[in-house]
Amino acid sequence: MSGTTATAVTTGVTRRPGAVGPSDPPRRRPSWRLGDAIVPIFAGLAFLYLLVPIAYTVAFSFNQAGRTNLVWRGFTLDNWRNPCGAPQVCEALVNSLKVGGIATVVSTALGTLIALALVRYRFRGRAAANLLIFLPMSTPEVVLGAALLAQFLSLRVNPGFTTVVVAHIMFCISFVVVTVKARVASLDPRLEEAAADLYASSWQAFWRVTFPLLIPGIAAAALLAFSLSFDDFIITNFNSGNFTTFPKFVYVSATRGIPAQANVIGSAMFALALLLVVAVQVVSVARRRRT
Amino acid sequence: MSLSASTRAVPSGSPDGETSSGADLTLERITKDFGSFVAVDDLSLTVPSGSFFALLGPSGCGKTTTLRMVAGLERPSSGRILIGGQDVTSTRAHQRPVNTVFQSYALFPHLTVIENVAFGLRRTRAANPLGRAGDALDLVELRHLADRRPSQLSGGQQQRVALARAMVNNPAVLLLDEPLGALDLKLRRQMQVELKRIQTEVGLTFVHVTHDQEEAMTMADTVAVMNAGRIEQLGAPADLYELPRTAFVANFLGQSNLLGGTVVETVDGIMGVDVAGRRIRVPVDRAVSTSGDVLVGVRPEKLRLVREGEEPAPGTNWVGPGAVTDVSFSGVSTQYQVMVPGLGTLSVFSQNVAGRGEVRLGEQVRLACDVDFTFGLDGAEDATSGAVDLDDPGA
Ligand SMILES: Nc1ncnc2c1ncn2[C@@H]1O[C@H](COP(=O)(O)OP(=O)(O)O)[C@@H](O)[C@H]1O
Ligand SMILES: [Mg+2]
Repeated sequence: MSGTTATAVTTGVTRRPGAVGPSDPPRRRPSWRLGDAIVPIFAGLAFLYLLVPIAYTVAFSFNQAGRTNLVWRGFTLDNWRNPCGAPQVCEALVNSLKVGGIATVVSTALGTLIALALVRYRFRGRAAANLLIFLPMSTPEVVLGAALLAQFLSLRVNPGFTTVVVAHIMFCISFVVVTVKARVASLDPRLEEAAADLYASSWQAFWRVTFPLLIPGIAAAALLAFSLSFDDFIITNFNSGNFTTFPKFVYVSATRGIPAQANVIGSAMFALALLLVVAVQVVSVARRRRT
Repeated sequence: MSLSASTRAVPSGSPDGETSSGADLTLERITKDFGSFVAVDDLSLTVPSGSFFALLGPSGCGKTTTLRMVAGLERPSSGRILIGGQDVTSTRAHQRPVNTVFQSYALFPHLTVIENVAFGLRRTRAANPLGRAGDALDLVELRHLADRRPSQLSGGQQQRVALARAMVNNPAVLLLDEPLGALDLKLRRQMQVELKRIQTEVGLTFVHVTHDQEEAMTMADTVAVMNAGRIEQLGAPADLYELPRTAFVANFLGQSNLLGGTVVETVDGIMGVDVAGRRIRVPVDRAVSTSGDVLVGVRPEKLRLVREGEEPAPGTNWVGPGAVTDVSFSGVSTQYQVMVPGLGTLSVFSQNVAGRGEVRLGEQVRLACDVDFTFGLDGAEDATSGAVDLDDPGA
């Protein structure tokens, strides 16, 4: 039976050559498939999820706010014309900028030195230091804040500007170390030797070769430190006493209604950050074009 | 080697821009150990000023470590380093009038080519750093790339920038650590000629590290063959080749046939050596060891094939007969492998001159060689020491 079938097939082929084989037109893929559309749809939804709160903040910075800024009452530029209009809002902002500035400079400088030491030198306690530097990153902020306050009180230091700065430097350092360390590790140690070979003292080798090559890492670390400091509420709240930073101001005023000026400042910060990212992109593209 | 006083004040730290002829470099009993591992072992040598000196040895024999000690990047465990007669052993790298072309080039990625080259001049506050850096770029024919970054250059171009960056400072000694190692064969040959031209032109003292014996022999005035942290032999390339003093040198610098034997008599400055029952004669002044067990050596191109029906010239050494086990033709010459019972396989290079019929695989031949071309080594040595291992990808 099966033998007969095989014969039939064979004869079929010989009788009509070209019916199957390479001359067959290739099967066409459907031009539109569901799979192709799913990714953009989900990506769009994810972006929406991320951006809606920000869009809300920006939109309500243009709201004609009353006692509260929860309901849309109509468009105005008044808040943007007068960002310091609400009591204390600009004072809090300036405080935050001061704390952030000092904490960034100090923690970046110290963190960079620590990172260099941890990567470049072998010393006793290096492994322990490498581990301990992560602790402030992994400890819950509430615990860290409370513990710091307990320390300040037992040392009879009154909470205020200084204690906030000290606290911020403390938790920023770990992040700086981790960021800069990656950059130092990727640096070819031969470059410093080449500099020494070309008559550069250790000091000159550092400033002429090592430091310029670390700048991207250091800049990233500084930006990270500033945003961490500017953003911090929990640790600040424990250690600030009567001193008010911007996040603390927003939190405190939330109970009686956040002024629209807070939205203005928040939106401005967002715009600034966006501008920075775009500027960096433009510069790096331009640099690549030039060469 | 000469120990003549240098005309150059060392360490100068600020090269004056005039062509100098470099300075003598002397290593006195230098040892370097890393923990229990001895990387450089009681090494002494003198490099005369203005010469092209090659340090030749297999990977891991301590060449880079030696250079780094001269540059001041590594401190010797013991011994002294003198440049132009001055002891620099305890000075730091940036205080030594020495510049290095690093194995990996180590160009500064954040600086342009011309700023890389001007780096040393700026540190020593030399006059007109950019002008002189430009001149150095002219010398390596890269002036047109002065404003590029190192990452935008090819390997060969980076290598030349590294050379210019070191040379522009007019150092008493220029150290080159396998500077051509990363280049492909054709470019390497081209750069060898280039490097030799530049050295002749500027007259600096070059210490050139390489594991390529051909490179060392074609470029250097003096070659030091290094093995396991020690110098095996030092001399002019031709002298090393014609009269190696150790099995390592005989095998690492070109190829050699080394045959074990015993000295049985010495007559008129010629010793008779019993090699597997045949009497081979070796001049005493070409032998390291003149009694007891010795290794008799001969270079493959010094051997002649003696076919059946022919006779070796009178007064020559000969062995065999043995069977030809391999014939490989390479144009100008043919290499034969001949298996001689009791001696093993010998290599023979034969020029392809007209009038000689070709020797076939399996043919029985004898191998003859002039007495003056044989050399004698210490019989206690390993006859395969330094031989190229074909399985070793690094070779
Ligand atoms: N810093 C170091 N620590 C330990 N061992 C080293 C160090 N530097 C080099 N060595 C060892 O010393 C030997 C010689 O190294 P090197 O001078 O680089 O050889 P070469 O340049 O001839 O290839 C090698 O076996 C290497 O592993
Ligand atoms: Mg090396």
